[in-house]
Amino acid sequence: MSPTAGRTLKFEIFRYNPEDPASKPHMETFELRETPFMSLFIALNKLREEQDPSLQFDFVCRSAVCGSCGMMVNGRPSLACKTLTSQLDTTIRLHPLPAFRLVGDLSVDTGSWFRGMSEQIGGWISEKAPFDPEAKEERMDDELAQAIYERERCIECGCCVAACAVANTRPAFVAPAGLNRIARFMMDPRDVRDEADWFEVVSSDEGVFGCLGLMGCQDICPKELPLREVYAYLRRKSLGGLLGKKAKRA
Amino acid sequence: MKITDVLVIGAGLAGERCAIEAAAAGQSVLILSLVPPRRSHSCAAQGGMQAALGNCAKAEGDSPDVHFLDTVRGSDWGADQEVARIFADNAPVAVRELAHFGVPWTRLRPGTNRYHIKGQQVDIEEPEENAGLIMHRDFGGTAKWRACYAAAGTGHATLYAVDSQVVRLGIDVLDRMEAISLVHDGERCHGAVVRCLRTGRLETILAKATVIATGGYGRIYGNYTTNAVINEGVGASLALDTGVVPLGNMEAVQFHPTGLWPAGILVTEGCRGDGGYLLNAAGERFLVDLEPEKQELASRDVVSRHMMNEILAGRGENSPNGPHLWLDLRHLGEQHLTTRLREIYEICHDFLGIRPWEALVPVRPTQHYSMGGVRVNKDGQAYGLGGLFAVGEAACWDMHGFNRLGGNSLAETIVAGRFVGARIAEFVSASGPGPDSALGIQALRAQERRLAALAERGQGGRSIYAIRDELGEIMMNRLGVFRSGDEIETAIDDLNGLIKEVEGTGLRSSAPGSNPELTFALRLPGMLKLGLITAMGALARTESRGAHYRTDYPQRNDAEWLNRTLAHWREPADAPELSYEPVGLLDLPPGHRGYGASSQVEMQQTVADYNASVPAAQTAAGRLPSTEPLGARLRPGAWQGAFSAPT
Repeated sequence: MSPTAGRTLKFEIFRYNPEDPASKPHMETFELRETPFMSLFIALNKLREEQDPSLQFDFVCRSAVCGSCGMMVNGRPSLACKTLTSQLDTTIRLHPLPAFRLVGDLSVDTGSWFRGMSEQIGGWISEKAPFDPEAKEERMDDELAQAIYERERCIECGCCVAACAVANTRPAFVAPAGLNRIARFMMDPRDVRDEADWFEVVSSDEGVFGCLGLMGCQDICPKELPLREVYAYLRRKSLGGLLGKKAKRA
Repeated sequence: MKITDVLVIGAGLAGERCAIEAAAAGQSVLILSLVPPRRSHSCAAQGGMQAALGNCAKAEGDSPDVHFLDTVRGSDWGADQEVARIFADNAPVAVRELAHFGVPWTRLRPGTNRYHIKGQQVDIEEPEENAGLIMHRDFGGTAKWRACYAAAGTGHATLYAVDSQVVRLGIDVLDRMEAISLVHDGERCHGAVVRCLRTGRLETILAKATVIATGGYGRIYGNYTTNAVINEGVGASLALDTGVVPLGNMEAVQFHPTGLWPAGILVTEGCRGDGGYLLNAAGERFLVDLEPEKQELASRDVVSRHMMNEILAGRGENSPNGPHLWLDLRHLGEQHLTTRLREIYEICHDFLGIRPWEALVPVRPTQHYSMGGVRVNKDGQAYGLGGLFAVGEAACWDMHGFNRLGGNSLAETIVAGRFVGARIAEFVSASGPGPDSALGIQALRAQERRLAALAERGQGGRSIYAIRDELGEIMMNRLGVFRSGDEIETAIDDLNGLIKEVEGTGLRSSAPGSNPELTFALRLPGMLKLGLITAMGALARTESRGAHYRTDYPQRNDAEWLNRTLAHWREPADAPELSYEPVGLLDLPPGHRGYGASSQVEMQQTVADYNASVPAAQTAAGRLPSTEPLGARLRPGAWQGAFSAPT
């Protein structure tokens, strides 16, 4: 373990308060003494509590499961709560995630973006029949349950959206998180939608064919989701969907 | 001003499940949340959700009756047994409904399964006929394996499934929105005054039914909590501020045995359920001798006390942050730890830089759960104020009494969400037109004056964060796992000092917009009051029950304390007012829990006499009539003959 401590850290932080007519976007510098095992969660709270009480940022769980604290750390989308200062040089540059509406300083509106994405792709189980409270649960092979869980692990932090060249230029693109979510429901036998139904959602520039394959998403995903596999799965399924569509028409 | 049938404050599992029920009944529903719904603290629940499906070999013979017995014993007889019954009977359907919503529950693998049980590696045959049913893991204080799980991300998977239904039904969620006061006339609640955490603007939302679903208030324990930073007791404060709604059992605070030390991050009980050990600095499994029957899997209050005793006896591991113990998961192996306990591996990797199949995990009992909360009747309606409901951890419904079993809270969110949601739908259908807007405007003006007064104070005094830190130290050091009269008295003096101090504390920032300092300044006085109520309840309760342990009164006392503490704060009083009500109708008579202390002061009354006193006493305490009569769901004696039933 390397609990680097005692260094003087220089934080360069993006500042802008849209609610303040006098505020203009700018970078502001703060200095802070490093403590052992200091994370950006600890550092930013210290800055707010001791130096500038107006500093805006978001943390909730502080244990890398809620996805609130995505931000650009030295130009790289990261979860701030699990970023330790000991992993970084003494100068730390923090910006809000791009591609999302800014709330203020380092805080961005990921909530509206993800709700919109869910609505766009139909991000819920379209079940075969209504719930029967009297019946035992439908059986599922544990291998399949684990595979679905692997897709389910996305915490919607938005880091992949920020890292995606397409998502930054084309707002309707469902982005890596959206494609992963589609794959999650597509592989779930409880969902009644077949490949042909999904074809409309997936097989356009807003879906998997919008992806340029730069794979910044996989490089930065804080949960290390296997996104390359997801896209290959979706492309393969889209082809099946296309054939299925033709078959239906015939 | 907005108008809706149902206003749900809080978008965690309990609030959202409640909202779904009301929306499905055709009512207009609005959900408020401090954060986007999928960031609610429900997402951090890890190890499992208790429901007696009885699917695997070690769950054979399980039933809602056994679940009921475990829950009441776990509560140290502090629970309302009818509510525990409603809970245990409905948990299976709640878990299956979640499967229907898409939760990828871990499933049963037929054939030979290797488990770690009480220090032994055991091979157990799971029959082919149960293949693919929902699997269970062991948890503390249960007679059977009962916890249903999705790796160690059960809360995450569940919250995403439930929120997907909220999206599907088109229910509006206003995120970054905080309720700062309830609109009420002393008899009936009509909605809330809310503050936007994007812009700082105030607004009134009028509603026929208002639901507090804001979770716990663990942050009054400062950093000594597993709770998320948003768990600051907003909902409990809203109810308390009405002056007419009591909080129940605030001294009943759960400490989780395995909070990561010193970060306080939760490490699931599923680790011990799956066979993990607790070790002292000498590498000894101290619980084997102390709890021969349950070992590491006694209830959380019992295990936490044994751990603190071990530390106080000098057998903890010393660290710069103070002594701790070890959680040993090495024998579970890499394969198990990166699949069925994957999130635990991630926490160890991200925050300690260790691999749990190679290294020990530093842990220490850490504040985890609030058994206390807004006191409600079995329909979830608050005592003393019609049209106000509470559900989930924010509520004292009260199935947990003085100690909650692991996995029972996640199950409560869904069971209570369904049950209370249906009652709310009936309530709204039966209620007439809402209030005229004058009441809402009046409540809004009062909040505008509150904000203006805060701004006028100017800068001065200590920072609000320094006061918060002192609160946390007082709570952990004097209202922790062990409590004594002397220490609680000093805590009360200090808390009263802080309450006075915060009245004169000004803000350093006047930034336009939501202003994070102002946001916290609005919450802090309420947090201090919750701390004081916890302390006063703990001082008055001269016995030890569940998680409330008095070193000067170490026995449970059913002769004097088989009751629930209620706390009102009637302005302009400068102190809370404590009163007591019976815990509810008794079905399982008080007795030994099967772990922990083996004796208690017996109750003097007969169970029949005790039960006869309950309806009138609770009505006098403010309980509003429920849809069904008291006791209608109890099914007295149904547990007789069940596995582990007393003979």
